[in-house]
Amino acid sequence: MTMAELKWKPENCAQCGECVGACPYGALEIVGDKVIIKTTCTACGACVDSCASDCLEIIGAEKKVAGAGEHKNVWVFAEQRDGKLSKVAIQLLGCAHGLAKELNQQVGAILIGHNITKLAQELIHRGANIVYVFDDPKVAQYSTGPYAKVICELITKERPNIVLYGATTIGRDLAPRIARRLNLGLTADCTELTIDKETRFLLQTRPAFGGNVMATIMSPTTRPQMSTVRPGIMKELEADPNKTGEVEKVKVDIKEEDMLVKILQVVKEAKKIANLDEARIIVSGGRGVGSADGFKVIRELAETLGGEVGGSRVAVEKGWISQDHQVGQTGKTVRPDLYIACGISGSIQHRAGMQSSKCIVAINKNPDAMIFKVAHYGIVGDLHDVVPALTEAIKAAGLSKKQ
Amino acid sequence: MDIICLMKQVPDTTDVKIDPKTGTLIREGVPSIINPEDKNAIEAALVLKEKHGGKIVCISMGPPQAEDALREAYAMGVDECVLLCDRAFAGADTLATSYALAMAIKAVGKYDIIISGRQAIDGDTAQIGPQIAEWLKMPQITYARTLEVKDNKAHVERLLEDGFEVVEAPLPCLVTCVKEMNKPRYPTVSRILKACKELKIPFWNAQQINAEKSRIGLDGSATGVKRTFAPEPKGLGKMLTGKTEDVVKQLVKHLENDNIINR
Amino acid sequence: MEFKLSKEQEMMQKMAKEFADKEIAPLSQEIDKTHKFPIELARKMGTLGLMGMMVEPAMGGAGCDTVCYTIAIEELARASAAVAIIASVNNSLVCYPLQKNATEDQKKSYLPDLASGKKLGSFGLTEPGAGTDAGSQATVAVKKDNEYILNGTKIFITNATNADTFIIFAMTDKAKGPKGISAFIVEKTFPGFSIGTVEELMGIRGSGQAELVMDNCRVPAGNLLGAEGAGFGIAMATLDSGRIGVAAQAVGIAQAALEECQRYAMEREQFGKPIGKFQAIQWMVADMATEIEAARLLVRKAAYAKDTQKRFSAEAAMAKLYASEMCMRVTVKAVQIHGGYGYTKDYLVERLIRDAKITEIYEGTSEVQRMVISGGLLK
Repeated sequence: MTMAELKWKPENCAQCGECVGACPYGALEIVGDKVIIKTTCTACGACVDSCASDCLEIIGAEKKVAGAGEHKNVWVFAEQRDGKLSKVAIQLLGCAHGLAKELNQQVGAILIGHNITKLAQELIHRGANIVYVFDDPKVAQYSTGPYAKVICELITKERPNIVLYGATTIGRDLAPRIARRLNLGLTADCTELTIDKETRFLLQTRPAFGGNVMATIMSPTTRPQMSTVRPGIMKELEADPNKTGEVEKVKVDIKEEDMLVKILQVVKEAKKIANLDEARIIVSGGRGVGSADGFKVIRELAETLGGEVGGSRVAVEKGWISQDHQVGQTGKTVRPDLYIACGISGSIQHRAGMQSSKCIVAINKNPDAMIFKVAHYGIVGDLHDVVPALTEAIKAAGLSKKQ
Repeated sequence: MDIICLMKQVPDTTDVKIDPKTGTLIREGVPSIINPEDKNAIEAALVLKEKHGGKIVCISMGPPQAEDALREAYAMGVDECVLLCDRAFAGADTLATSYALAMAIKAVGKYDIIISGRQAIDGDTAQIGPQIAEWLKMPQITYARTLEVKDNKAHVERLLEDGFEVVEAPLPCLVTCVKEMNKPRYPTVSRILKACKELKIPFWNAQQINAEKSRIGLDGSATGVKRTFAPEPKGLGKMLTGKTEDVVKQLVKHLENDNIINR
Repeated sequence: MEFKLSKEQEMMQKMAKEFADKEIAPLSQEIDKTHKFPIELARKMGTLGLMGMMVEPAMGGAGCDTVCYTIAIEELARASAAVAIIASVNNSLVCYPLQKNATEDQKKSYLPDLASGKKLGSFGLTEPGAGTDAGSQATVAVKKDNEYILNGTKIFITNATNADTFIIFAMTDKAKGPKGISAFIVEKTFPGFSIGTVEELMGIRGSGQAELVMDNCRVPAGNLLGAEGAGFGIAMATLDSGRIGVAAQAVGIAQAALEECQRYAMEREQFGKPIGKFQAIQWMVADMATEIEAARLLVRKAAYAKDTQKRFSAEAAMAKLYASEMCMRVTVKAVQIHGGYGYTKDYLVERLIRDAKITEIYEGTSEVQRMVISGGLLK
């Protein structure tokens, strides 16, 4: 399995340093008149694109997969818990449908559990052409050993082209074990999957470096190509009760030694209230909220988004919300993925506490409010109208996280 | 107890920024740190050692500068460190990396339990732990938020999306920790001095761990990066205008497209 | 001559910085507001070895060099001047004189607990009538059988409210003047020893400064530190060491002020752009950074001198003099850059300027430092 390698050609090189800056892995260094390629190079090609003098190239053709034509169909590991299919499984079927269409192949689903055969119909209605079912008391609960065994034997027998798993506590525990056993390439936590027009390979795009960079990955030489996919990204197909498909019962002998880990107890727990520092989403209220009562709509929006409530110094001083919710110079400094500032003017004290948030949305009556200077998206309006409307819009789009 | 800890030196990605002009990562001035969840793993190992006695060996794979991270692990309290360092390991994906680490663990020889962080903050794959466990044919417990050893079994509270499960596995097994597990201790002054004055960190190459050439580095990788790019910059200062019902719909659409909120 | 930090100095800096940022900084404003002694932080620092860094390993310390020590104090001071002085006093004014002058038995009795942070130390020299004129000690110690009976008061004693072990100076032979001063190791539980007024300070609030009252305080003869009459020499040598810690503290405070200004100047906009784009502010920041770097180098040189030379009084005095006066200048500029906001308690610089002032006063005023420096030059 020889992969691509980066080579530097000294002839035209002026040591301009563009390539050094372009490398996401810090793998290039200019020493004297040479460009040194360090061991951290992954042959991603970012430097090749950046070089105006054509001094860098990736060599080593991608070997065509032996027997690539024999691997067909796009499979989804249909994760189920307690006899209910997880949302991500349905979403992945939608995604698989699109990929299979492009490849002119079929969609398969793997269903493992106990007394779950009835779920096969739902999978078919949601896009599966064939469902492989392993229904056995031994696999009533997810456990790495038996699930990996079933799927490995199935993959070896049926030779799918692509297998997708949800990037859940199950999928991210299971898929790498299978990848290692069958010596396959596996890409984690993908947010986009497409088929490459030329090679027909699966292009797997996912965030890296804490989400600061996106990487598109391929598995050119191993089949099936496998990915774990981030829940909530892919769009499911509408359930079509008229769809039909095959249901195949899988036979695998699960032995005692395959059961590596014993589950003693399963405990359902409401998600602990993260403190503000750890919240991924914060909805914050300021002077514009007007009263303690006014914070109701803020709270409602926060709950709908599955986030936390924050407040400006004014809101805290006026007693509308308690001190531990304060964001700002004298409160907490937060860096959530989403910060929605409602009726907050955006004084420098407040901005100091939230301006590093990944995405800032500002809602304020005053179009000149300072907060709009740091916001990614701004809405000029009365928060008492906009915030409830936003809550409704989120619910209508099926994005509500409220229990 | 013989404990092996796996650790990776990573750039502090919370500090990493994208150059708005070139769309590439600005690595200058970004400090290198012990991967945060690996620190939780080291702390878990130290707690086990305090309770059961024994020895902790910390293994890392990386360029020579990763030695600094191993010294820090020693200053926290691990007993021995090993750095897998060889040009032949370069460009490895998780399959090739996990193979090399597994062979290194075999070379160390004695182990009752292997502990690592769940995932590294640069690769974000969480694949190394399970892949090593598979190669060594041992049970794996991922997402561990508590870890105890009783009657030669690892006893773990494993985090789930909606709660947790209590699981146990016979030793030897591999456990990956989440940050909720513990608060890693700081290195002490005396161990910092020892780490710099006394500690010798061996560098192991592919030969020393009996690694097959075809299974390591770029050759041993099954995935490759086709391209890297900066995520779409969000519309800075994009004012949404129109009737309230329309404006909020627009916002929801933007937030969904930006992957800020999802189903 | 190398200016690079050694591996262990780098690691020490990393650890101290992380501890300061994560454990001390979040509490620093609260400590300043409540004036409450941060005893848990002191114990945490003890566990990490930060309270007795230079104590020999046999006595429970790490045996690190003074440069390492100043690096750690600077990082602690960046987060809180009060916490930094708590550590500095324990290290430089208590562990150091014990390390240098105590008998083996005394070392065994006191150093391990002080180095580990189990017990806290304090240095009792200053009196109501003896500040810069430290030699005019009014506290007396009279030998009686197998004890010394101490009578007198000490004021402005850092760590006093929470300390267990005190180095106390007292006159054993008034006729001999400064040569009649002796040093004692006094435990807070000795009969006749008590803490008096707790000071309400302008800055370094929370550092436990209070009055010590010795009213027929009975100290075992075995707790005499060094010989009778050697006290003044011990005090002066100890202060030489202590002032390197204070100089490091001053650098840390100034560094915090600079970082606040760097942030604020690029956030605060006036006349359509960040104030950091105006030359007036740029030049202030440039001057601040340059002075801090100069002071830092003086501190490290003084630390190096302490480790490698017999006498280091001049280097220590220069470092303390320059760093403390620099710190005052820098923090005043920092408040100016913050404008009105810098005058409010919302902003750190308001506290930093208050913390800065004491560095020009304690462990030898700037005037004393000038005396020491010129004394060595004009003979």
